[in-house]
This record gives sequence, C-alpha cells and structure tokens, in this order.
Amino acid sequence: MQAIAQELRNFVVNNFLFGQNEKLRNDDSFFDNGIIDSTGILELVGFLHERFGVHVEDQELIPENLDSIDRLVAYLQAKLRENGQASASVH
Amino acid sequence: MTLSGIASAKVNTDLLKIDVAAEAGRIESSIRDIVVNRLKRKGAVVGVSGGIDSSVVASLCTRALGKDRVIALFTPEADSSGDSLRLGRALAAQLGIRSFLEDISPILAGIRCYERRDEAIRSVVPEYGPGYKMKIVLPGLLDATKYAIFSLVVQSPTGETRKVRLTADAYLGILAATNCKQRARKVVEYFYADRFQYAVAGTPNRLEYDQGFFVKGGDGLADFKPIAHLYKSQVYQLAAHVGVPEEIQKRPPTTDTYSLEQSQEEFYFSLPLAKMDLCLYGKTEGIPADQIAEAADLTVEQVERMYQQIEAKRNATSYLHSSAILVEPVAVGAD
Repeated sequence: MQAIAQELRNFVVNNFLFGQNEKLRNDDSFFDNGIIDSTGILELVGFLHERFGVHVEDQELIPENLDSIDRLVAYLQAKLRENGQASASVH
Repeated sequence: MTLSGIASAKVNTDLLKIDVAAEAGRIESSIRDIVVNRLKRKGAVVGVSGGIDSSVVASLCTRALGKDRVIALFTPEADSSGDSLRLGRALAAQLGIRSFLEDISPILAGIRCYERRDEAIRSVVPEYGPGYKMKIVLPGLLDATKYAIFSLVVQSPTGETRKVRLTADAYLGILAATNCKQRARKVVEYFYADRFQYAVAGTPNRLEYDQGFFVKGGDGLADFKPIAHLYKSQVYQLAAHVGVPEEIQKRPPTTDTYSLEQSQEEFYFSLPLAKMDLCLYGKTEGIPADQIAEAADLTVEQVERMYQQIEAKRNATSYLHSSAILVEPVAVGAD
C-alpha cells in the first residue's frame, strides 16, 4: 500500500506540481487546491490504466475516488482487489 | 453601468436587465475614444461569425465610427456552417459596411490542422475518416457528483453516432489542432487591420472573457473588446436595441468549430446560458447561493457547485489573460 501511495504521489508531484513535493499532503484535495483540472483528471486516468491496468469506469469518475492521494490509494486498492491483483504485485 | 449597486436587491430574472439605450451610448462613446484617441486607428475590423456577439460588436462599431470606417470579415473554413456566412452577409448588408470573404481552409490545411486533429481522433476512434463528423462535449455540470470530463462524439457517414471518453493526449491533440482555426482568423483580421490602419475589435462577452473561453492569440487577441463586461443575456438585450437581424437573435449560440453542431453549453459552460449568467453574476457579486438558486430555478447545491466551477475555471485559465511576463518592467512610452 505504501508503495502504491508513493508511486501515485510521485506521479502527481512530477506531473502537476513541477516536482515540488513539499506542496502536497496526502489528504489535500486536488480540486480545491487547484492542482488538477479536468484535463489533469484525464491524465490521471491514463496513468492508472497504463501503470496499473485499471480501467476507470465513467461512474467512477468522481471526487470520492480521485480527489486526493489518500482517496486514489483507496480506490486503486479496491480496483486491484476487484481485478484479483494483490497490491503487493504492483510496484 | 455598475451591477454592484444592485447586489442587495431582490434576486430575480430581471436582475441583468440594462438600460439598453444608455449602455449602447456609453459603449459607442468608449469605442470612439479607444479607436480614435488611444489607438489612433482609422476604423475597426470585426470578424463576423453570424452569431450574436460579433453582430452586436459590428453594430456598435458602426454606430460609433460610421459605416465607412468598419470592415466585416467573414472567415469560413471546411467545418463552418453555411448559416454563419449567410447571416454574416445579411448583417453587413443591413449595416451598409464593407465586407471581405477569406476562406481560411487553405491556411489550416497548410499547417495540417485537419490532419493533426484527425490523427488525434483516430487514437480513440480508429475508424474515423472521410465523411465522419465530430464534436467535443462535456457532461452537464449539474450532475453534481462527476467531474467535467471531455467526450468525443463522432457520427459515421451512415449517420451512426458514438460517444467515447477522451484520453488526455487525444483531447489535447484535438484542442491544439482546432485552436489553429481561431489563430488563422486572427492572422487574416490583422492583415485587414494593417492594410487599412484599423483596430481589431474582439467580440467576447463576459461569460467567455471571465471563464477563459477563448484561444490565446486567437479570438482572445484584439485591440479592444467592447462587450467583455456584458453578460450574455445583456448582449441579447443590446442586439434587440441596435436592430441585429431577428434570425441572428434567435439563433442558438454555437462555437462553429467542429463539423457536428456544438452548442457553447456542451463545450464549456455545461449549463443553459441564462442560468450560467445568473450564477456568474452571483459569484462575482458575492450573492449567497440560495438567492441565485431561487432566481435560476436551480438547487442551492447546484449553484454552490457552479460557484466552485467558476472559480476553478478562473484559476485554470488565468494564464490566458496574461500578456507576456517580463523579468523586470520596461518603459515603452505613454499608455
């Protein structure tokens, strides 16, 4: 789980924050903090697919799943379990 | 006109009503001052699309400067609706102003606008090709639980329509390619501006200006923007006052950018424009969401979400308003 959190964090920090790691807490809302806009959500969805093989369904495109590192980790864990993948295998 | 003074008044659908004669007079006086005294140009070029905004701007410029000092420019391209040119011509004829037709399709083909766009489309719809039509749409933002994610709607030559969610690469590829259209139009507008020593009039209304619904260096580029302070419903009021042809007044707003008809609501605002007007007014004037909800026939939660979206759009598009930023100020003469 920590490995997933770190990988998601690295992606968000490198892709949206120009590598400025100190700006982001794991419970910060991407939307409220102006970190990710609607195009950024598409990038995030693409990353989840390419890196973890997870397809985000239309109905799953909600802030409860994607709006912070913590929420992303929980969502991704659930999706990986659903897909029969152990989180330990993804790093 | 200032709206802040009535912010505490009862919020209803009459809120955005203006004294059209006074407002038209104020804008016309301002156009004369800007073009003649500040820009020192001899007239104005207006890109006329057959839509309500450019029609009002062309009309106000004509009233302000005289019909011999305004040029209407029509810049259709391969995906333009035929109505745009027909209505633009009707307006120019009514105003009695000079007009020029410049088909920008060859410019766009030259910079591979269509080719690049179609490549991006094929990354998500591999069969897309000749005879297909397309547009980009957003879901209604009033669906409070979802993100505003762009989708591509394609129509096959046999009329079958399909909607697919875009990838970031596909969306940005399509956007970058189609933005060439607005930039090509501006190249042509400035040709005529240089040729006749005229200023270029921009045509954004307040919704577009505030929310960054323009292409930097494209329709966002102009020497003056005479209706950028007016909400869309106020532009319609002025259109009636200055006598814009009725067919233009009744025409649904469209971006006229994609081969399938696309309303501005589908692309950017995701809300009927009259309601969006009220939400933007409420947000700008600091009016509590419950008062706007009543006036706009929306729920308080929907208005609060719109307030959030308005703020998010302002943040996301703020760079579009920024001119080139210098390391330190450089004096370049009198303003």
